Amino acid sequence: MATDVIMPQMGESIAEGTIVKWLKGVGDNVDRDEPLFEISTDKVDAEIPSPSAGVLLEILVPEGKTVEINTVVGRIGQEGEAKSAPKAAPAPQQSEPAPAPAAAAPQPAPAPSPAPAQRPAQPAPQAQTATQAPQQAPSFVRSSPVVQKIAAEHGVDVSLVEGTGEGGRVTKKDIMTYIDSAASSAAPISTPAQPAAPQPAPAPQEAPSAPAPAAPKPAAARPAVVASADDVREPMSIMRKKIAEHMVMSKATSPHVYTIFEVDMNEVVKRREALKREFEKEGVKLTFLPFFIEACIRGMKEYPIINSSVDGETIIYKKTVNVGIAVALENGLIVPVIKHADQMNLLGLAKTAADLGERARTKRLVPDDVQGGTFTITNVGVFGGAFGLPIINQPQAAIMGIGTIVKRPVVIDDAIAIRPIVYLSLSYDHRIIDGADAARFLTVVKRELEKPAGV
Amino acid sequence: MAVTTYIDAIKEGIWEEMEKDESVFILGEDVGIYGGAFKVTKGMLDKFGPMRVIDTPISESAIVGAAIGAALVGMRPVAEMQFIDFISCAFDQIVNFAAKCRYRWGAGVPIVVRGPSGGGVHGGPFHSQNPEAYFFNVPGLKIVCPSTAYDAKGLIKAAIRDPDPVLYFEHKYLYRRIKEDLPAEDFVVPIGKAALRREGEDLSIITYGAMVYKALEAAEALAQDGIDVEVLDLRSILPLDEEAILTTAKKTSKVIVLHEATLTGGPGGEVVARIAEKAFEYLDGPIVRIAPPDTPVPYSPPLEEAFLPQTKDIVAKAKKLAAY
Repeated sequence: MATDVIMPQMGESIAEGTIVKWLKGVGDNVDRDEPLFEISTDKVDAEIPSPSAGVLLEILVPEGKTVEINTVVGRIGQEGEAKSAPKAAPAPQQSEPAPAPAAAAPQPAPAPSPAPAQRPAQPAPQAQTATQAPQQAPSFVRSSPVVQKIAAEHGVDVSLVEGTGEGGRVTKKDIMTYIDSAASSAAPISTPAQPAAPQPAPAPQEAPSAPAPAAPKPAAARPAVVASADDVREPMSIMRKKIAEHMVMSKATSPHVYTIFEVDMNEVVKRREALKREFEKEGVKLTFLPFFIEACIRGMKEYPIINSSVDGETIIYKKTVNVGIAVALENGLIVPVIKHADQMNLLGLAKTAADLGERARTKRLVPDDVQGGTFTITNVGVFGGAFGLPIINQPQAAIMGIGTIVKRPVVIDDAIAIRPIVYLSLSYDHRIIDGADAARFLTVVKRELEKPAGV
Repeated sequence: MAVTTYIDAIKEGIWEEMEKDESVFILGEDVGIYGGAFKVTKGMLDKFGPMRVIDTPISESAIVGAAIGAALVGMRPVAEMQFIDFISCAFDQIVNFAAKCRYRWGAGVPIVVRGPSGGGVHGGPFHSQNPEAYFFNVPGLKIVCPSTAYDAKGLIKAAIRDPDPVLYFEHKYLYRRIKEDLPAEDFVVPIGKAALRREGEDLSIITYGAMVYKALEAAEALAQDGIDVEVLDLRSILPLDEEAILTTAKKTSKVIVLHEATLTGGPGGEVVARIAEKAFEYLDGPIVRIAPPDTPVPYSPPLEEAFLPQTKDIVAKAKKLAAY
């Protein structure tokens, strides 16, 4: 049985990739995980390892060609094996005897799918099929021509409809029931498109993101856009569309509330000065970022609700802390994730953050690097912002923005002192996090950052 | 009004047309003295005399050929095939001559070729067939397959009055099993018009002939399971009532096409194709065909029962489609 080799998804917002070079030719033997081809995408360049051992039977996508993710680009099988019949729709999930590492597998890390969170009240007698379906078919809903037609006529996203047909198929009856119930409950029926795609680590703020839900229909009609002849019209890039979709989806999913704390960075500055040299010996440039991460982790340990996700009517408290760090790119953003950040010391955090940042800027991230985040930090101060109000990176519950560190006159013990001050802003999902929780969390972060150096 | 069987309805239809129109006559094997193998023409010889009720040699080709000749000089012959299986002997006369006369010369051939078709009576491979598919691909022909006594009468009259060749396939299983009160006055059933036998919302069974009753039985059984079945009786196979087919397909979005002719190349394939072409966007599941397997009709009663679509087969496939 031949194994399909697919164009992997190298980041949530990445819809296509270019085959730069095939490292093996047709007929060559290849081991599992042996580099098979090189790709280039908007954000990442990578060598893709072979999903299985065998002989490269076919190259379906030649070098230089750009194809959508999950496109079958080649096949690996046993020598003499017939080229397999082309599959009509390359399934994102492949049944491989031994799954390749993340680079070749588009499946997300075990992070929860955002789907449950953004599914509006459904007439859900078969909740089971509903939760199973998206896992089986991340971005493909089984329906029928008439269902597609009705969906188009009513502006319904079929993926939101409970399928009661064979294998979870959405039937005509299902969609009619859905439309009727939506009409009677006045619920929006045209909310997120493709919420079923399990995308663990979408980016924060303007970060591009996964195949994400489209905007809900606004209640009021949007005023028409008037463009004059000398205005410039530019179609959105795929990345821009994904960003737009994800941001709208996040805002529509989570009622955002913001709390801003002022933190005196005097002690952190001292600690950084003290550790700088030591870190340099390790080849790591110590920035302020690891201190913030460390403080946030401490805050989450005390208030785990910050490190959680909403799944329907359930709150999932994440056991580990995987911190996404927004990294600005020339044409967008990417959010590599520091996995198990809660098990790292300052040096580990600094090293990992530096490595991820460097690889993000040089397009050398692999898909696993950008998946599985449970909380995100975005540095709005890099570009001079006093503070920002970032949009939550779904399906996470909170995102923290770090403003620029500026020396300001502050009152300490009734005297005016000059201190390096930073504004930390927390955007959080008010469905599960109240203002008091956010303030308590930020209080811990502040306490950690302000604790005397040397302690 | 009197209760009339399906077979008597055919006879009455011919009888009335012969009374009304002197150009109408019948010919076939044993149609006169014997009154026909199934007695469709019983009593006609006495009533209409040997000039209009003609016993012929055992040659279907000769029967149809003579009918065509008579039709070309202004008569309206009704030719009986003793069993419709033997219509194949007259195939060339029908498809190459009768069906093409109007096209070639503008000369209509108003003949009716009729005979008992269908299985379920343990007639074996030569006395049980449904030959409609052989003629389905022949432009210039009309094919009707009545299922009720009303249609049997109304369609034989329409066939006799039609200016072109009509193949009238009556179902021998229905001859004496199906009866109904028929109106006393003259009526015809238009060729090319289907009839809705049962209205339903969940799925449609499109069928004709004896299978109409299997479909209705299945619909009753399915109603117990909350599956609301619509049954469309095509009545005419050629031309198909495309409008009725598409209407029911669009209404229920799930369609079963059921017939007694064997599966491959059966008329059902054409029905399926029309729906797929013209109502694709209305479909909520695959279009399902139910028909006998591609074998001759078995003589053995258990095998024949297995061969013919049975109510339980229809119920099972309908349930699967409804759940699709």
